[in-house]
Amino acid sequence: MNSVGEGCTELKREYDQCFNRWFAEKFLKGDRSGDPCIEMFKNYQQCVQKAIKEKDIPIEGVEFMGPNKEKPGS
Amino acid sequence: MVKYFFSQTDIKSSWEHVFSAFWQKYPNPFSKHVLTEDVVFREVTPDNTLISRRLLTKTNHLPRWAEKIFPSNLSRSVFVIEDSIVDPKNKTLTTFSWNINHTRLMVVEERCVYSMSQEKQAWSLAKREAWISSGVFGFSRAIQEFGLARFKSNQAKAMRGLDYALSILHGDGPSRPLKASAKDVAEKSKETKLAASAKNLASAASPQKSNQFV
Repeated sequence: MNSVGEGCTELKREYDQCFNRWFAEKFLKGDRSGDPCIEMFKNYQQCVQKAIKEKDIPIEGVEFMGPNKEKPGS
Repeated sequence: MVKYFFSQTDIKSSWEHVFSAFWQKYPNPFSKHVLTEDVVFREVTPDNTLISRRLLTKTNHLPRWAEKIFPSNLSRSVFVIEDSIVDPKNKTLTTFSWNINHTRLMVVEERCVYSMSQEKQAWSLAKREAWISSGVFGFSRAIQEFGLARFKSNQAKAMRGLDYALSILHGDGPSRPLKASAKDVAEKSKETKLAASAKNLASAASPQKSNQFV
């Protein structure tokens, strides 16, 4: 799957692979030993956050699950 | 005025598989309208839940009547934020997503909760809710009907996409037939009827109003 930053897709792929393995084998099993994907995530984020700014995508300061607060049953 | 949508589906896979498949959904044969996918924030909380934010860009397919009235919306993709919380202790995955552009035309908010099925521990349950609203005066009903029809169609694609990802993980065929079943055909004709009534509502609206609100 492509990243919104055209040059970031490889970094994204590398990170996703690391994350998917850690998620299934460690996180879901309650294993709290360290996150092996930190470096890859950092590299990926550096790239994609730059692309987001360049494309003026308005995600800055958007509250986590913001609109959910006013929904019933939240 | 807001359109509300609710559905509940059984997924014939364990909650662990569903949660893993959730991150591996794209691309799939049913997600041609999803152009890009990025995780833009992720953190493990002190109580060991995983919170993430995904940014998706999707194509913005409007019916012909809407393209004529809202030409500026034609080329630009829709940006969707999807925030999620994975709680492995309680075996729940909660997501909330909404579009952050084209909002004057329509806002679609969706909340999903995936959990272990209470009746069959080897299965999972997907509960989806959506709120579809449009603020455009004189057209909001038509836009909302269209929005609801498109949402239902995308929702069906999303379930197929998740199934597809699950089948890749399992290494066997998808649990839901890829070809349309009789139920799917009935759903499709309901959507077409909804879309047609939306079109009628739009053409019944006064043509002079359209210039004010482009």
